[in-house]
Amino acid sequence: MRKHWGLLGLFLLVCMVTALCGTNFLTAYNLMNLVQRTALFSILALGVGIVIGTGGIDLSLGSVVCLVGIAVPWLLIEHGWSPWAVVPIVMAGSAFIGLAHGLLITRLRLQPFLVTLCGLLLYRGIARWMTGDQSQGFQGGFAELREIAVGRIPLPGLDTFRLPATAIPLIALAVVVALVLSRTIWGRWLLATGSNEAAARYSGIPTGRIITGAYVACSLLAGLGGMLFIFDVGSAQPSDFGNFYELYAIAAAVLGGCSLRGGSVSVVGIVLGTATLQVLRNSIILLGLGSQLEFAVIGAVLLAGVAADELVRRWHGARLERRSAL
Amino acid sequence: MGAGTVHCMPSLPTVRTILRVHGIGRRFAGVAALDGIDAEIRAGEVLAIVGENGAGKSTLLKILSGVLPPSTGSLEAIDDHGRPHELRWRSVAEAAQAGIAFVHQEPSLADHLDLAGAILLGREHHRLGWLNTRSMRVEAARWLARVGLDLDPSTLCGSLSIAQRQLVEIAKALSANARILILDEPTSSLGDREIERLLAMLDELRRSGVAIVYVSHHLDEVLSIADRAIVLRDGRIAGTIDRASMDRATLERLMVGRDLAQTALRPSLDDAPARLVVDRVISAHRQRHPNSLTVKRGEIVGLAGLVGSGRTRLLEAIAGLGHAGGSITLDGRALGTTIAQRVASGVAIVPEDRARHGLFTPDPVSTNISMAWLPRGAHAGVIDRAGERDLVAGMITRLRLRPANPARRVQTLSGGNQQKTMLGRWLSIEPSVLLLDEPTRGVDVGARHDLHEAIRAAATAGCAVLFASSDLEEVLALADRILVMHDGAIVGEFTRAQATELAIMSLATGGALEAAR
Repeated sequence: MRKHWGLLGLFLLVCMVTALCGTNFLTAYNLMNLVQRTALFSILALGVGIVIGTGGIDLSLGSVVCLVGIAVPWLLIEHGWSPWAVVPIVMAGSAFIGLAHGLLITRLRLQPFLVTLCGLLLYRGIARWMTGDQSQGFQGGFAELREIAVGRIPLPGLDTFRLPATAIPLIALAVVVALVLSRTIWGRWLLATGSNEAAARYSGIPTGRIITGAYVACSLLAGLGGMLFIFDVGSAQPSDFGNFYELYAIAAAVLGGCSLRGGSVSVVGIVLGTATLQVLRNSIILLGLGSQLEFAVIGAVLLAGVAADELVRRWHGARLERRSAL
Repeated sequence: MGAGTVHCMPSLPTVRTILRVHGIGRRFAGVAALDGIDAEIRAGEVLAIVGENGAGKSTLLKILSGVLPPSTGSLEAIDDHGRPHELRWRSVAEAAQAGIAFVHQEPSLADHLDLAGAILLGREHHRLGWLNTRSMRVEAARWLARVGLDLDPSTLCGSLSIAQRQLVEIAKALSANARILILDEPTSSLGDREIERLLAMLDELRRSGVAIVYVSHHLDEVLSIADRAIVLRDGRIAGTIDRASMDRATLERLMVGRDLAQTALRPSLDDAPARLVVDRVISAHRQRHPNSLTVKRGEIVGLAGLVGSGRTRLLEAIAGLGHAGGSITLDGRALGTTIAQRVASGVAIVPEDRARHGLFTPDPVSTNISMAWLPRGAHAGVIDRAGERDLVAGMITRLRLRPANPARRVQTLSGGNQQKTMLGRWLSIEPSVLLLDEPTRGVDVGARHDLHEAIRAAATAGCAVLFASSDLEEVLALADRILVMHDGAIVGEFTRAQATELAIMSLATGGALEAAR
């Protein structure tokens, strides 16, 4: 937790500035919206965080969100399939995508950046072709199913703020991922592989399987995220649904302290990083800065955060060096 | 060796100090390589500096020759009038100005220059920029005669042998008015005759008043030529010995320091069953020769050979990294093909390159040690954290890891403690086969002793140990049996009793087995 004080400070600062200078930030509606978006994007960021932990990257997850998010209403409405068939099929499809990435990276030794960049183009293309580039939606149906994403759970003692239902899967996933990473051999192996892949191999760790597993987990979480996103918004265009989501997820993971060199992942950092990005997007609108500025502001904050982190680390390292030299 | 062939006694009646070293220390990344060194270098005297690998000899030489600035302490040059000058030690040029010349182990002279050009490099005779070749050759001939080289000054450096190059380098230093000549392992690449000549020449120089700092692994040479010897151990002076009280036993005792517990006698292995059987194994790196070997239960087998002779590839093939053909059995059962399967059946490899293939560097000692043990101490994938703590604490005590702090980041440890961490990772799975590539490279004497003891203990517990080392002393000290590799193939075998450094070297460089024996 100690390494997240800086990020927590940034998060609280953005919240305070927005609450004081803007209007409507602290309304129950806005807060529910923020929690909802944070939960959805955190699920994606957790997935890419796992891959980043192995020293890899996944650029394709926005397109996986799109493919899955479009396929769900397409299969349910256009083809009239049962939800009992559709949900397992799209999840299996997501897992298969991850498996393909993992095998291409570990067996053919292609670079993760390249493999998943091709995936980014491939899955969006498939989604657009498959639907004839037509908008897909639930047309008012499947209300019970969509409750998983749009439901609001009343909390005791609060009248207007009710907890978005997506917070439940996020909390469950965050706890599971955190426990797997810190308490199981697979988590240790994953971080060891990211920290020094050759040393991990020399230690008898099945690095190929670990890396493949990480890509499967990432695509599975992207698929789950895609399903929840489409349940949330109801209908979407194949040409722009999920655009840039991979970059939000990667930015959140990096802001949360995951090193792109691999070897370190923090679940708390990932969720906090996602929340910070979502509050920033929110405050740009509430403060009337003009939504055109959104990417510029996020880019600047990310750069400043990473640079500050590096400077603090160097200062800390130099202090350790001096202390041990005495 | 040239032992005893050069008869010499300190001959100068007045001994004059020309360089004083006060409390010199040097740290690298917080680790002391050298600490509190006081010494005097005297004109007309050969001062030997001895010590085991990692004792701080090369750091001291670098500081003396101005390559490295010291972290603490000062140096004082005393000129011909007895006046001291503090040396700031900012550059090699300053050292040269003070009359200190460093003669490298393997001198690098510009191959295209002739001897006159090389000796007078930077001090060429010229008129308005035009070289005066004739006068340069006359002067060079004088310096060549001084070091006993009978060569024409117009000879090109590229055609010289290493021994000749070394002498040219010394001539170059003398021509630049060197008062202190530092020689780092000058005999390491010389033959016996050449060593004799070099020592005779150094004796000659000493008589003319030059101070010589002589660093060597070979105690015979030190005993034959040195007037005084400074023994370094773990970065400190363990003792300074005058010629009168200098003998091999004293030097060795000071070098090693603590009375290293005499190694318990290795048990007889005559009846031990074969544990690791390697049959016509080929590594994936286009190794031409299939290699076969057997290691008995409890046996320590050393792989000797030159760099590039295929020792690492053979060890890696046995570990399951790039095993391309042939069979390997452990206790009669065939091993799986991948390294993960082999580790699971108890094969462990400590690689040569700790940083690249061994350590997880941002991580603490604890996770580095427990990495291979984890699956054994886990229930349904969940790590037994109490068990992990106990294991790490036990391993730190057993291997005398310093500092004894499991949370210490592994990259801040000394080479010896990093190596102990690596060995600890594998001892914690109680391996059936322990493969080690250069088990004590870049490790200080004490840690080396601890590592050897731990390896012997593992063997005594029944482990089959196979290690590769470029250090023949280590091979002879540790191995029950020695296999020599040359050009990718095992070319000979010695028992500990049969083996000598000379015999191993002869085989390793392509000699015949009969001749070697």
